[in-house]
Amino acid sequence: MHSLINLSSVSFSYTDSDVIKNISFSVKKGDFVGLIGPNGSGKSTLLRIILGILTPRKGVVSLFGKELKKFGEWEKIGYVPQKATNIEKNFPATVYEVVSMGLLSIQKFPKIITKREDSKIKEALTSVSMENFSQRRITELSSGQQQRVLIAKALVVSPEILILDEPTTGVDQENKESFYNLLGKLNNKGMTILLVSHDIGRITKYVNKVASINQKIEFYGTYKEFCLKDAAYKKEYKLYSDKG
Amino acid sequence: MIEILSYEFMQKAFISGIVIAIACSLLGVFLVLRKFSLIGDGIAHISFGGVATGLLFNITPFIGALLFGLIGSFGIIKLKEKSAVYSDTAIGIVSHVSLGIGIFILSIASGLNVDILSYLFGSILSIKTTELLLSLSLALLVIVFIIIYYKDLFYMSFDEESARVSGIKVNFLNSMLLILTAVTIVCSMNIVGLMLASSLIILPAASALQIKTSFKKTLIYSVLISVFSVIAGLIIAYNYDFAVSGTIVILNALFFLLILLHSKINNLSSNIK
Repeated sequence: MHSLINLSSVSFSYTDSDVIKNISFSVKKGDFVGLIGPNGSGKSTLLRIILGILTPRKGVVSLFGKELKKFGEWEKIGYVPQKATNIEKNFPATVYEVVSMGLLSIQKFPKIITKREDSKIKEALTSVSMENFSQRRITELSSGQQQRVLIAKALVVSPEILILDEPTTGVDQENKESFYNLLGKLNNKGMTILLVSHDIGRITKYVNKVASINQKIEFYGTYKEFCLKDAAYKKEYKLYSDKG
Repeated sequence: MIEILSYEFMQKAFISGIVIAIACSLLGVFLVLRKFSLIGDGIAHISFGGVATGLLFNITPFIGALLFGLIGSFGIIKLKEKSAVYSDTAIGIVSHVSLGIGIFILSIASGLNVDILSYLFGSILSIKTTELLLSLSLALLVIVFIIIYYKDLFYMSFDEESARVSGIKVNFLNSMLLILTAVTIVCSMNIVGLMLASSLIILPAASALQIKTSFKKTLIYSVLISVFSVIAGLIIAYNYDFAVSGTIVILNALFFLLILLHSKINNLSSNIK
């Protein structure tokens, strides 16, 4: 099975010392990978490198078999940022308008919404159970609902992989569970998922692989292996579980 | 109304005023949402240097302001890219250097002070046909650009990082926003003057954002408020012999206050329910 994401000996530094050290791992089709690590471990930095926002100092990042520099099929990637807590409280956009932004990567000029695209938007909203909110302003929704809308925005182009950065930050406990349920359902339907989270206690039901980093890779393998690998991991898992 | 339109200078003022109002109000929504609203003031300061230089060397001040505005915008972009200064610091450095040049020129050349006042505070009587045509063409270009890139700009304003990941050329569009602001400020110089040029960018957009509706409707409201303020401002200023720029800005401010008040009352009544 080919890798959708492949990192080979990737290092990155903002100043003099590396905050990402020699990290290698890959995400294969159908995987649900949990990228975990403590605060400041470089999870979000690594994600920004994968998305081409930051350029690594050393190493190679490949997406769908192509080196990042040559990769241009961004519609294959659905990105859900850690956004719900950051949406401007007066931002003037309806749920429908936000989801339609997702179509921009595939639209040619004139960027108007065709009937086909309109049904894609409605389909994406239905897949996250937000079809009845399409004309509501995004800022009127709860953070859990906003995060669902952002997933619909990512799903509207039918991506092959969904990349999420700490998506449940600011989301209440009840909505967190239903949010992870939604991700589990999407993965069961064949969606590959890379989820950055510190919420290891909650995501364990859904992920099939874990990449644990703390500037360098500490573990990469199945969740079962992660738990059994050694006492340190078990301890860490317990720590996370207790927090969750 | 018919009497007003019989004067050529008023016809010019209405035509250029309406087109510039549309350009400013469209651009304004994106600038206000991206917290760049005061860039207009910075560029107005930069253009002041261009007006003074134009008057000194007998070049059309409009061209001088436009050149300074464009060079200043590139200066801000490069200063941000090549040095460790923040955006607002880069704007401050470039705008004050240009303002300094303008004041220096005024101090060494005599007889320019009277001319420059019309560019600082606007003067519909001084609109020349060539300037009118140039400013109309440029304002139309700004409008066309915004219509073409409206969705990309919308996405960038919502979430710049996600827009970048979607393949939108964020750096190009950010630079274009700055250049278009420079062009728009210079175009609005004759109507409201450099001192108040950025008001046409900020106030209609700020008013429309208070209405709390969809993005598309916000853009439409911003344009309507801006165009109405310019038309009403010109008519009132003509009839009562007021300053055009001040009248337009006061009308815009009244719109903002009324919408703000309406929105607060609505919030209050929905809280009571």
